[in-house]
Amino acid sequence: MAPLLNGSAQGALLLLAALGLSLTFGQMGVINMAHGEFLMIGAFAAYLVQQVITASNLSIPVALPVAFVVAGLFGLVLEVTIIRWMYRRPLDTLLVTVGVGLILQQAALQIFPSQGVPVEKPRWLDGQLTILGYNWPLRQVFTILLATVCVAALSAWLKYTSFGRRIRATVHNRDLAETTGISTRSIDRLTFFVGSGLAGVAGVAASLIGGTNSQMGAQYIIPAFLVVAAGGIGQLKGTVIAAWAVGVALSFFAYWTTGSLAQVLAFILVIVFLQLRPQGLFTVRTRSLA
Amino acid sequence: MTKPRTTGLKPWISLSGIGVFAVLLLAVAPLVLTDHWLNNLGKYCCWAIAAVGIGLAWGRGGMLVMGQGVFFALGAYSMAMHLTLETAGDRIPGFMVLYDPLAPLPMFWEPFRSAGFTLLAIVLLPVVVAGALGYALFKRRVKGAYFAILTQALAVALAVLISSTIRETGGDTGLSDFKYFFGFVLNDPANRQMVYLIAAALLIVCLLAVWQFYRSRFGELLVATRDAEERVRFLGYDPANIKLVAFIVSALMASIGGALFVPIVGIITPAEIGAAASIFMIAGVALGGRASLFGPALGAMAVGWGQSSLGSTWPDGWTYVLGLLFIVVILFLPNGLSSLPARLAAARRKPDVPPTPAIAAAELEEARS
Amino acid sequence: MSSTSKRMRALVATGAIGTTMALVLAGCGARAGDDTAGAGSSAAASCVDTSGDTVKLGFLNSLTGGMAISEKTVSNVLHMATDEINADGGILGKKIEYVQEDGATDWPTFAEKTEKLLTQDCVAAIFGGWTSSSRKAVKPVVEKFNGLFFYPVQYEGLESSPNIYYTGATTNQQIIPAMDFLAAKGVKTLFLAGSDYVFPRTANAIIKLYAANLGIKIVGEEYVPLDKDDWTSQVAKIAAAKPDFIFNTINGSSNVGFIKAYYDAGLTPAKTPIISVSIAEEEAPAMGHEVTGHYASWNYFQSLKTDTNPEFIKNWKAYPNSSGVTSDPMEAAYISLYLYKALVEAAGSFDVNAVNAAAKSKTITFDAPEGKVTLDGENHHISKPGHIGRINADNQFDIVWASDKFIEPDPYLEGYDWFPADIRKQLTDAAG
Repeated sequence: MAPLLNGSAQGALLLLAALGLSLTFGQMGVINMAHGEFLMIGAFAAYLVQQVITASNLSIPVALPVAFVVAGLFGLVLEVTIIRWMYRRPLDTLLVTVGVGLILQQAALQIFPSQGVPVEKPRWLDGQLTILGYNWPLRQVFTILLATVCVAALSAWLKYTSFGRRIRATVHNRDLAETTGISTRSIDRLTFFVGSGLAGVAGVAASLIGGTNSQMGAQYIIPAFLVVAAGGIGQLKGTVIAAWAVGVALSFFAYWTTGSLAQVLAFILVIVFLQLRPQGLFTVRTRSLA
Repeated sequence: MTKPRTTGLKPWISLSGIGVFAVLLLAVAPLVLTDHWLNNLGKYCCWAIAAVGIGLAWGRGGMLVMGQGVFFALGAYSMAMHLTLETAGDRIPGFMVLYDPLAPLPMFWEPFRSAGFTLLAIVLLPVVVAGALGYALFKRRVKGAYFAILTQALAVALAVLISSTIRETGGDTGLSDFKYFFGFVLNDPANRQMVYLIAAALLIVCLLAVWQFYRSRFGELLVATRDAEERVRFLGYDPANIKLVAFIVSALMASIGGALFVPIVGIITPAEIGAAASIFMIAGVALGGRASLFGPALGAMAVGWGQSSLGSTWPDGWTYVLGLLFIVVILFLPNGLSSLPARLAAARRKPDVPPTPAIAAAELEEARS
Repeated sequence: MSSTSKRMRALVATGAIGTTMALVLAGCGARAGDDTAGAGSSAAASCVDTSGDTVKLGFLNSLTGGMAISEKTVSNVLHMATDEINADGGILGKKIEYVQEDGATDWPTFAEKTEKLLTQDCVAAIFGGWTSSSRKAVKPVVEKFNGLFFYPVQYEGLESSPNIYYTGATTNQQIIPAMDFLAAKGVKTLFLAGSDYVFPRTANAIIKLYAANLGIKIVGEEYVPLDKDDWTSQVAKIAAAKPDFIFNTINGSSNVGFIKAYYDAGLTPAKTPIISVSIAEEEAPAMGHEVTGHYASWNYFQSLKTDTNPEFIKNWKAYPNSSGVTSDPMEAAYISLYLYKALVEAAGSFDVNAVNAAAKSKTITFDAPEGKVTLDGENHHISKPGHIGRINADNQFDIVWASDKFIEPDPYLEGYDWFPADIRKQLTDAAG
């Protein structure tokens, strides 16, 4: 029971990190390697909120929207200054954003105390939920709830709002969308804002699990990309299932072997899966040849 | 669709360029540089060898190989295991004693006692691994961002694997403290110069090989595959095979670079092969010009030099410079510094038409697929 | 096609000939078994110039990359010690002029910069390093060029080098006191949690040997890579094993993840306390959870009552860019520069061989913030007091145990008969 529940929580964190990517990578084709650093920005935002609102019971709920907006704004700036010029060269966005990530990391190292900053868990997350004899930490339950809320909000937003409809229209056929009067430029900006903002939310969740420092984003970026790829590009449900599966696999491997070997095995599992099914779990049928 | 010329220079100019480069590296550098800087130059040569391969796969073939660290590791660890055993002699290497004094030498170390096997492994291992991996990926038409992320994930996985098998591979500390290099004493400055010369000579050989490659029918096909894979398929070629060859050659070059890195730098660790290192190898290629002949090698050497010199006088600033380098070069000069003269000339002729980057069409197609 | 393949062949042949030529031309160096084999190191003559009124020293710390979170402090305190010594007249009347290098959390860079400092900058000695991996990268280089390296962090022992001075604790000054403390507390079961690299692996190997001797049962052992923070799965195993105590050899930011997962799982210091060897005054407040009631084994604590400690704390708090608290590794770094000064002044020279000779023939001491430490000229380690501290509400440590006298350094654990002699012999043999 323990590995399954732990793994679900690990999967939820992975999902939070991957959700924004599935939007920017899946919907827009932009490979944002600075996504991990946006996650870091969200965590630092949580720290800064905690400096203002010192009661941690209140500060984390406040930090969630703040981190969303702050990371989203960083994303918006990146889109407006750099990414907008790169839509015709998606592979190059990968390298440009590597550069952006390096700069953000170094800036964080110099702005904040180098050994990292503390982010405190709210008191209402102390304690455990006993399920079949296993004391399941409430913090893990919280991560899963947060991920669920984010996924629900995102899919409702994409499905039912006019913004969401315009985003999907732009993704399916940019030229046609434009001829119907949709401003694809503002759609791009909005999508990138939301995608980056979700990284910020993931950052708050990550700050409750590990250290908040300049290096924290780096450990999430590759697993998050693998999850998006394994789920199938542009497929929210695929991302959800892939994240959960990777999280549970990681946890079971860690249970049977060591923490280090679990990382390797989980990576290999996803890589082998992608060899067998390069299009991911779910695919959008297109008439494209490739 | 007009295809930009991929070889900017006439063949004989390129060849004499390689000649000048060879004279500079093999004859001039050993005379004018101190031991320390010559050794550093040797290290840049190793990265440059890997970079030439990246130029082939990425610049010419359109495959963004973000996991060259894997092949760099195959060569480097093969070499390092041999040198470790050569240093240890009949004993079990010191670091293994530290973690489990009684266990024997791991099985896969044994064959690396033989110098011949080691040299063979440096050449064959990357060919076999890249062959199997490339076959699986290209036949299934994995490309673009998927390919990039998959290769990067492999590099990360290998780095973690090495870190976690501390007794078998030295773990995070890596392998170091080599005394001998195929019978030569590594501390002797004359021998260190010899190792440098081998690295420099192999860099020249790699440049000659890709020069020949680019001029051949195969080189034309590779570029054609990069720019319009479907058209190549319709012409009756299998793009997968074309890409596979380029991928294997680039893997081989990374392995050779890695193998020479070990005696020159004297240590190999998982950090030299992981995600950051693999991206670092790409930085130089992007800077120099991914599709040009000299761009990748010169770019890699420039970035290596920047790390040694600027990273030492201004460490905080160096990270910013490296980050900005990625942004500015990719944004404004997607074909690297080597395309600067051509772009300036083009700008003078037609000031209002920005030249289209050669890679645009193919990648756009990939993104849509 | 045929002309292409002919050209290709010609090309490969040219390349092969070129390479062979290069080999032949250059292959005039020493070979294994030659008489000159050992002469390699002496061939690199020292270029240190101390004829002026300054002496050049090298500081080698990771100012960028993952370990910058710890090593920046060491670099700062070295600068502070430099300012103090210079204000006091310098070493042998010569002012210190330092060259600061960035190791960039990359072990080959540590090796490269060591060579640069020794052969290009011609420094008389190098101070720095943090991880054991960085030290192991520096070791062959300082040995090759016969330089001096001062290493300021507690480590796993089982090492000695004529070119390295260790001012942090070796195992018998930190790990073994911690185990003695646990045994005295009546601990029966112990869980080992560490980062996956050389120090935790080796330290835990020693802990297991000693635990068997003390009758303490090891109920589990877990490792997580240095750059991973998530300890959730491993802590679940700890919670299931219900040990009396956890021995923590985790390093860096991974500690934060460990502590958070520990409290998430409902573990408490009352029932399952942790004893750490890398959480000090700087790290304790950065955990994001109060860690009151846990233990740490160090030689120096900010709360130590010695003659020199108050001034050290005062100076550090006033120093620009200071973190405001003092800790063991930074104190050991502070010692290293003063120890070097004492060594040089005893030798009357900056020459490496003279310094090493003085270390052997004279008694070198320094009134350190942790007390008066004495250098062991044979193994290049220093004597240290053993202390166990318990974290209080101010993230300071209340001393709950102290060794009755300064512990003499014993890196190869020769004075401990539970440490198998054949292992020791293998290790010293392998070290050459």
